[in-house]
Amino acid sequence: MHLDLNSIWFILVGVLFTGYAVLDGFDLGVGALHLFANRDEERRLLINSIGPVWDGNEVWLVTGGGALFAAFPNVYATVFSGFYLALMLLLAALIFRAVAIEFRSKQPMRWWRQMWDVSFSVGSITAALLIGVALGNIAWGVPVDDRGEFAGSFLGLLAPYPLLVGITTLALFMMHGAIYGVMKTEGRLHDKLRVWTMRCIIFFVICAVTLTMATLLYVPHMAARLRAHPWLFSVALANMLAIANIPREFHHGRDRLAFLSSCAAIITLMALFSLNMFPDILYCPEHPENSLTIYNAASSPQTLHIMLIIAAIGVPAVIAYTVCIYWIFRGKVKLDRISY
Amino acid sequence: MGMDVLTLSRIQFGATIAFHYIYPPLSIGLGLLLVIMEGLWLKTNDNLYHQMARFWTRVFALTFAVGVATGIVMEFEFGTNWASYSRFVGDVFGSALAAEGIFAFFLESGFLAVLLFGWDKVSRKVHFLSTCMVCLGAHFSAVWIVVANSWMQTPAGYHIVGQGLHARAEITDFWQLVFNPSTVQRLCHTVCGAWCAGAFLVVSVSAWYLLKGRHLDFARKSLKFGLFVALAASLLQAATGHLSGQGIAQNQPAKLAAFEGLYNTASNAPLVLAGYVDEKNQRVVGLSAPGLLSFMAHNDFHTPVTGLNEFKPQDWPPVVPCFLFFHGMVGLGMAMLAVSALGFLYFHHGSLPQRRWLLWLLVFSVLLPEMANQLGWFAAEVGRQPWIVYGVMRTPDGLSAVVQANVVVASLILFTLIYCLLFSVFIYLLNDKIQHGPLADDLIPAGKLALPIRESPANRLK
Repeated sequence: MHLDLNSIWFILVGVLFTGYAVLDGFDLGVGALHLFANRDEERRLLINSIGPVWDGNEVWLVTGGGALFAAFPNVYATVFSGFYLALMLLLAALIFRAVAIEFRSKQPMRWWRQMWDVSFSVGSITAALLIGVALGNIAWGVPVDDRGEFAGSFLGLLAPYPLLVGITTLALFMMHGAIYGVMKTEGRLHDKLRVWTMRCIIFFVICAVTLTMATLLYVPHMAARLRAHPWLFSVALANMLAIANIPREFHHGRDRLAFLSSCAAIITLMALFSLNMFPDILYCPEHPENSLTIYNAASSPQTLHIMLIIAAIGVPAVIAYTVCIYWIFRGKVKLDRISY
Repeated sequence: MGMDVLTLSRIQFGATIAFHYIYPPLSIGLGLLLVIMEGLWLKTNDNLYHQMARFWTRVFALTFAVGVATGIVMEFEFGTNWASYSRFVGDVFGSALAAEGIFAFFLESGFLAVLLFGWDKVSRKVHFLSTCMVCLGAHFSAVWIVVANSWMQTPAGYHIVGQGLHARAEITDFWQLVFNPSTVQRLCHTVCGAWCAGAFLVVSVSAWYLLKGRHLDFARKSLKFGLFVALAASLLQAATGHLSGQGIAQNQPAKLAAFEGLYNTASNAPLVLAGYVDEKNQRVVGLSAPGLLSFMAHNDFHTPVTGLNEFKPQDWPPVVPCFLFFHGMVGLGMAMLAVSALGFLYFHHGSLPQRRWLLWLLVFSVLLPEMANQLGWFAAEVGRQPWIVYGVMRTPDGLSAVVQANVVVASLILFTLIYCLLFSVFIYLLNDKIQHGPLADDLIPAGKLALPIRESPANRLK
């Protein structure tokens, strides 16, 4: 199989956004569950479990956005200007959750901590939902005119199918975050999180099944591509096995393997989604000829080539020190005076 | 609302980036000071340096958090509000942003974890390495963002492909793009400005402790390094500013003419020291030094400096704001130089603690670089008008085609409210950290940090 530069960049941008979903997914999930912990100490443990890493996780989104800008500027421009209000809300959510983590611990007052707890949790939930809704719209198809500009409306983005994807994303991240929390805590909070994880798994499985049915029934172009490329069923199968493996490992108390299964579930889900889109990035169901593809939306071959060199230098370094950081902060989280 | 999408989008971009730009210079400047302090701790084993590093790390964490939170907005706004610009330049400009993500942000955020939370998890040397990496990452992000912005000022290494709506800039030479004619000078100028911001913050807080008679050892030592970096950076700032000005004279003569309110080309052109622009009569009223502008711009008193009338009026940047921003920046820069030189001299003379007026001046001096950095960017960006890419694409042509005024109003209100809240909380918490001051516990490093590398004279005395 011959891979051209455009396809490589499709994969690389996909890898960056998948990295974001796997990594920031768990800290958004921890944020979504934050208010269920009702004691200050438990909330501190939750925040500190993601404290050293959430910032680096969010960089995957920033770099993914930058890579999309550089490799497929037309997609970046159309999506960002078309989803204007939704993205502004996403920014507000990300701002509130970021500063809440830093600000919360700086004062002891009850109202102060409660305020930032709410802002952290609501920000995380909103961000997870909006990311899912955006993804849902891209899967559902986005109206694009003949100049390549977005031709829909803000309310049009809130159709039932994208909302279902949003809720499924939230459920997925909550499950992912709960398992992460189980790995990082001990004692009473750990036991509580085990109960939440089971509930989150059930919630997610219900969402996932509903979403699969909805996709096959109501999103004909996705179903058609699956029929046209039967090998994609193997990705779908891997995804189902990964999801099924989560409760299995979790039941046997192998928390780390459960977490890895959850990562695998996210990765296969993203792979299934993007392979099913390929070579379109923004599919326009009404006028398929207006769709933005990896060819008509891409930068020049020279830029893609230069960027590939940049990625080849940068990405191994990024992976190396990301692994180091996670290694340094491995193990159960403990509170001390430099904690949040 | 009577305002159009263009004005609203410009206000929003200007406001969000101005607010964001309060924080990165502090991170860059404080990052440098953290490296110095922690490096000295490792070298001398004097635990006062450890206490300093710990205290300033806490301040650093606060500025960094707000900087990160407000920084993501910037990356989104190119696409949301300036989609046509993004389509046009994505090929060139996008690569600089992506490089910033890969080379700078990952480095910064990854090692930040160790800097903030790794004090007793890793050895001293690994921690110091992390501090250096965070500082390096902060500088890298300045590099790439200035590369991107300088390309908008002095585009190079590209060619235009396609016609009309489908025209776009494509890279022809990556290194020409990176080292476009203004990158190096503007990068030096920006980074020196950031060092000033960090150093004057340290100076200000330390001077305040001296005034209040608190944490005296800590304050004296912090002040010593703060003043040194502040003076060095202010001097470099004047030098790099001069180079940057010469670059503008060469690459963007209309911008320089607007900075100086120079309408008619003149040899022996005067440098305005203080004054205002009388737009109607096309002249500057005020005090000026004859020939000095020619000398500053071209190293010769008699070389003519191009005036605005050589350009079509539709290519003029707005003269009055440019003039004010530029002269405001220069004035503040001179004030920084004076204040840091005074502080440095009296500090080494040993009489600084007695001169309360000067200490008070140092307390408020933190505002100088903050304002100068803002005004400098205003001058650079307003001076680029009416172009979004200088000489290539006009600002109105860069707008998003599908975004209406009402949604920009909505987002503008949203950001105004959020940023007002953020700024108040930031000031409240910064003040709180300063009031609490350095922790006495930090004078006795515990855990892994306590392992002495070698006995230092300072410790033996205790």
